[in-house]
Amino acid sequence: MTRYVMIADLRRCVGCQTCTAACKQTNATPPGVQWRKVLDIELGEYPNVERVFMPVGCQHCEDPPCMHVCPSTATGQREDGIVTIDYDICIGCAYCAVACPYQARYKVDKPSYAYNAGPTQTETKRFDEARLGVAQKCTFCSDRVDSGKAKGLVPGVDPEATPACVNACIADALHFGNLEDMDSNVSKLLTENTYFQMHVELGTKPGFYYLWDKEHV
Amino acid sequence: MIRIGSFIQKNWDWRAASNFMFGGTGSGLLLLLVIATYPKAPPLPVELVALAFVASGLSLVWLEIGRPWRAINVFFHPETSWMTREAFVAGATFVLALAGIVLQMPVLVAASAVGAAGFLYCQGRILKASKGIPAWREPAVVPLIIATGLTEGAAGLLLLMALVGGATPAWLEYVLLGMLAVRVITWSRYRAALVASNAPPAALAALEKISGVTLWLGNVLPAALIALPFVMPNLGSQVALVGGLLALLSGWYMKFTIVTKAAQVQGYSFGKLTKGHPLANKAR
Repeated sequence: MTRYVMIADLRRCVGCQTCTAACKQTNATPPGVQWRKVLDIELGEYPNVERVFMPVGCQHCEDPPCMHVCPSTATGQREDGIVTIDYDICIGCAYCAVACPYQARYKVDKPSYAYNAGPTQTETKRFDEARLGVAQKCTFCSDRVDSGKAKGLVPGVDPEATPACVNACIADALHFGNLEDMDSNVSKLLTENTYFQMHVELGTKPGFYYLWDKEHV
Repeated sequence: MIRIGSFIQKNWDWRAASNFMFGGTGSGLLLLLVIATYPKAPPLPVELVALAFVASGLSLVWLEIGRPWRAINVFFHPETSWMTREAFVAGATFVLALAGIVLQMPVLVAASAVGAAGFLYCQGRILKASKGIPAWREPAVVPLIIATGLTEGAAGLLLLMALVGGATPAWLEYVLLGMLAVRVITWSRYRAALVASNAPPAALAALEKISGVTLWLGNVLPAALIALPFVMPNLGSQVALVGGLLALLSGWYMKFTIVTKAAQVQGYSFGKLTKGHPLANKAR
């Protein structure tokens, strides 16, 4: 059995947004769409304050509300836990977007580019009409995972089989791997550290874990 | 709880709100129309207006979706999606109602009223399933949507029967008065539940902002205007019609606010710290 999850070590994340940039570069998302982003959070009250950087995006929930509400079956879930969107079936009703408690989904109706003058060469080359008017979100770079696995590589260990954001992380804060493998990198991190999952009270069983050591509930 | 980055959702705008406004009114109207007239055939114009309300709401939603020419795909997921179920129920309601009209069989129109009731219920469940919006996912939203839909339907029936010169059943004003009371109760329970569940302050503020208007102009005044002819018969029925109109409009105002103004997203937060491998914890 395989259950891919992601881990963000909030004690290590420096908020550099390299993962955000790597995601945008890899997935060619338009302006305003960030499948991966990092929140800059200020905690506490003066003079006892601290900043925490929290990477967020699709949590690839075990029980994804986006999938249950989807009227077209465009949102699905693979056996390895990755939540997918079939752009060719999605009707763009955005019900999934309002059902997601992680604000992970985007819908773009018209082409938009980084500069007003029109698309850059890269934007022209990588424009995907299928993504207009439909829901889109983080895929856990499932294409990289699949092609890497086909070559016998291990997702989360071999960069070629690992999501771009994890590869790009300069602080070794992001990790990806198989939760069902007790010897995997993610299993070891979760066994050796304290962690939380976001909005567990909503019953979504997110596949995104945050290593952290202070209670803020 | 620390809530980070909650903002008002923009995916569902006035067009989606219109489905809840007009769909709720149309389905409530069709249901009460059949109850008021069965086993006779209901007045055709009133029945058509009820269906037109539902159709206009669905049409406006159709204008909002990103890929309108794939709209047929909405029927693909009846297992879990309340939007699919709403679409099926709406289709059945239209087929039965129109067949009843064409074949002049009131029993089919009566069956369509069952569909209308199902449609109204689906609308409540669509909101409840929206886990990303605290003001929608609150379970108390379901009785509120049903209560206001029936209130609007009763008010609409009062107005339309007067307009077409149809015979208004004697109980209709009493039903409308009762539904106004139920709407006030469900509205206050809904808001109390949102406070108890720590909904985003901006969502609570948006609902608080309309609470006075909806209570006094939307429920109390209409109830007074509808009840007044009972004690002062020389006032005429027009007073009650004004009350019905206010009851109808306030229901729309309330649903428009819930869908477009109180729709703050969940936001991000820290969770409770856990130790141990998740699968080992699950096995315990």
